Amino acid sequence: MRSDWEVVIGLETHAQLNTVSKIFSGASTAFGAAPNEQACGVDIALPGVLPVLNQGAVARAIRFGLAIGAEIAPRSVFARKNYFYPDLPKGYQISQYELPVVVGGTLTIQVGEGDKAYSKTVQLTRAHLEEDAGKSLHEDFQGQSGIDLNRAGTPLLEIVTEPDMRSSAEAVAYAKALHSLVQWIDICDGNMQEGSFRCDANVSVRKKGAEKLGTRREIKNLNSFRFMQQAIDYEVQWQIEQLEDGHAIQQATVLFDPDTGETRSMRSKEDAHDYRYFPDPDLLPLAISAEWIDRVKSEMPELPEEKRRRYRSEYSMVAQDALALTSSLGMSRYFENTLAALREIPGIPYGTQAPDVANAKHVQNWVINNIASSLNKEQLEIEDSKVSSAQLAGLLARVFDNTISSNAAKKVFDALWNGEGNDADSIIETQGLKQVTDASAIEPIIDEVIAANAKNVEEYRAGKEKAFNALVGQVMKASKGKASPAQVNELLKKKLDA
Amino acid sequence: MTVQTLKSLADALAQKKVSSRELASQYLDRIKAINPAINAFITVDRDGALAAADLADKAIAAGNAAALTGVPIAHKDIFCTEGVLTTCGSKMLSNFVSPYDAHVVSQLKVAGTVSLGKTNLDEFAMGSTSESSFYGAVKNPWKLDRVPGGSSGGSAAAVAAGMVPAATGTDTGGSIRQPAGLCGITGIKPTYGVVSRYGMIAYASSLDQGGPMAHTAEDCALLLNHMAGFDARDSTSLERPVEDYTADLNKPLQGLRIGLPKEYFGDGLAEDVRTAIEGALAELRKLGATTVEVSLPNTHLAIPAYYVIAPAEASSNLSRFDGVRYGHRAAQYKDLAEMYSKSRAEGFGGEVKRRILVGAYVLSHGYYDAYYIKAQQLRCLIAQDFQQALQSCDIIAGPVAPTAAWGLGQMADDPVQMYLADIYTIAVNLAGLPALSTPAGFSNEGLPVGLQLIGNYFGEARLLGAAHQLQQATDWHLRTPDIG
Repeated sequence: MRSDWEVVIGLETHAQLNTVSKIFSGASTAFGAAPNEQACGVDIALPGVLPVLNQGAVARAIRFGLAIGAEIAPRSVFARKNYFYPDLPKGYQISQYELPVVVGGTLTIQVGEGDKAYSKTVQLTRAHLEEDAGKSLHEDFQGQSGIDLNRAGTPLLEIVTEPDMRSSAEAVAYAKALHSLVQWIDICDGNMQEGSFRCDANVSVRKKGAEKLGTRREIKNLNSFRFMQQAIDYEVQWQIEQLEDGHAIQQATVLFDPDTGETRSMRSKEDAHDYRYFPDPDLLPLAISAEWIDRVKSEMPELPEEKRRRYRSEYSMVAQDALALTSSLGMSRYFENTLAALREIPGIPYGTQAPDVANAKHVQNWVINNIASSLNKEQLEIEDSKVSSAQLAGLLARVFDNTISSNAAKKVFDALWNGEGNDADSIIETQGLKQVTDASAIEPIIDEVIAANAKNVEEYRAGKEKAFNALVGQVMKASKGKASPAQVNELLKKKLDA
Repeated sequence: MTVQTLKSLADALAQKKVSSRELASQYLDRIKAINPAINAFITVDRDGALAAADLADKAIAAGNAAALTGVPIAHKDIFCTEGVLTTCGSKMLSNFVSPYDAHVVSQLKVAGTVSLGKTNLDEFAMGSTSESSFYGAVKNPWKLDRVPGGSSGGSAAAVAAGMVPAATGTDTGGSIRQPAGLCGITGIKPTYGVVSRYGMIAYASSLDQGGPMAHTAEDCALLLNHMAGFDARDSTSLERPVEDYTADLNKPLQGLRIGLPKEYFGDGLAEDVRTAIEGALAELRKLGATTVEVSLPNTHLAIPAYYVIAPAEASSNLSRFDGVRYGHRAAQYKDLAEMYSKSRAEGFGGEVKRRILVGAYVLSHGYYDAYYIKAQQLRCLIAQDFQQALQSCDIIAGPVAPTAAWGLGQMADDPVQMYLADIYTIAVNLAGLPALSTPAGFSNEGLPVGLQLIGNYFGEARLLGAAHQLQQATDWHLRTPDIG
């Protein structure tokens, strides 16, 4: 990309709300039923049926609004968006148009890694409630189309940003942060394969310094972060080439083809629908009282931002680690549960107050370095971790009380991960990993090592520190790792300096 | 023929003077004999009715009778009835057997009524004459070359002709009151939200309201007791305490202040209708009521506002009739767009198409503010008019329609003239108020004239009481057409 172009991206995300029933009917929203088994009279738009708003969907919208610091509209209005399509049974979609339920708000995102990492606050325009359409199935029907209305009426929260993002990396970072947030506050299962979370990207380019936005094209239905990155990169490149070749960009809706890695136009502005929006007379305006908002607020989990702030102040955590531990609600729960379990184990040297920072430090390192990387290796979510937070706490307790060395701890961890035992203690027992702390058991080994390594002893006495380390290593090896390195250090030094 | 009221039939059933099966058979026989000339019914459910009547007789014998057990009624074919054809007077739904009962239908089933069938109407309730039905025009039993009014013309004609003692109707711009007036029976449109719209096929959702049609105000009150009430399936249904609509029937009219809107008595009101209305008002005064002139200055804006709002809602409400899942689908089409256009072109009649087009137009980009928003503003003004007028009176009275029943086909080529005939009824729907029509004498040609009584919100009982008192003092509601 030539450097004198600026990329402008705004995202519209459809998050499927995880209510048990649909937004305007009592039919189930569960995924995967046989076609049309979860479509009731309201969903198939029989003559005479009427919509009734699912309060759970509203509560979720409120939760989202609170999570992004938005205004929750005291009065919002459902409108009909009129168009004909076979998977839209009423011939209109019930949505919100002029008066959405959530107005404004921000989401802070972390972009990039390492030295180049920076954070950015994305401004949200609005979020509104609406119903999903069904699905048209064009295969398997020999020249005809099948209609599955199971998805019709599934509640969606459409979340719209301002055109604030300046690269595909920022767009993806926003989408990931939003994806994490909606799961964190438990309003959406985030399942992108099943379409529970899908994004449309409005992309335009303009000369750096230009005030006016370029003409945008909307890339529809991006259901993976990788496709989003690819689609935007391709689209940006294409738009710049068009403009540099002297062509104008026509406003259009485009689709991304993952097979070719290209975007192609679906419809231009000229054949855009006139949706003839008007307030749905079957539904009263949605009134949200301050009490309702308070009730939802009282049920809100601690939000990622708040949690990060707390981790940093309570546990003196660095930003990077706080971010890693709040990458999902599950991850932060795992961390906190491990810490809590650790405090329950008798004889832990650290208390529950200020020294807890030391506990936290260890837990944090183990969660980030061992748990996260093991999960990553096996493509598992934290909820599926093969080592539970209680098991990890049991293991760390044995490190803290010097039952095992840190080397042995890694062996115990691997054993737990591989299901070779139920808890650290039994593995330590069966694999004989207990650290030897009895000086009388270690001293003979030290004597042997000193006797067998005269050269190193000589070098140490001549002032070479390295030689000392070599001797420690020999002792550790001879003890089969059971000796405590600190104790070996101490005893060895005493003997050599005697 | 003498008038059989719902009340008298219910009493006779309770006293076991007649069985439900006998009643159903009598009425079914009369339908068979008379309906071909009137065309008030689209569907006569003989088997279903007799089966229900037998069950009712068993219940009565067992002492388990509900308030209206065994009484025959009919439903306007806009109400969904489980297992029974529900057409809305349209080719579009000429093959639609509803899998469920409308709230009103199930409530009246619970009350024990026996449905004889489904009555004819203007297609999708769009019309004031019951001529636009796919099943042919309904004839006025008082003069077969006249319209019965509409859109609930089938229900009105069926009751007037003695084919059923009472029937359900719906009223979006006068569709209960005007045919009741033109056929010489009683009909009430309740306050918007009192009767659930669930299962009532929507024409204009913010205006539609179901209500009873019968010979007497008392019968209407008895039926309304079962039709009204909160229904969680309709978000516009009002959650209020259960009300007894017969409560005010015997309340004297002494001290009742009746407002007469001067706009309802101006030019355009036929002289014989004016004379009849004044006669009825004189009776009310004799009963102790006083009359006072009031003004509804925005009356002339009601029809323009209505003909923006109602078609706008209708254009969207009728989008579901696309031939995809049920209803009429064209036999031949080459693609999806043609399937839609041919199915809808074939399935809908002229008046329905006209209103869909008008509705789509007023909602379209660039016109919405000028039409739809303006019409909603007018709607507020019209509602305020009534509140203003009701400061100086308890109820408002006037004609239901400017003339008595006019000739079949007379307005077929002039829809605007037909729209104007709803001048006295439409504003009530825009304001959401309750109003009824009660017989008020006859025109020069011997055709019935209806007196309209309009109340404030939830004033149904008071309106029914006033009509009942008038009916106790007069016999217009007991006159029957001469059709054998």
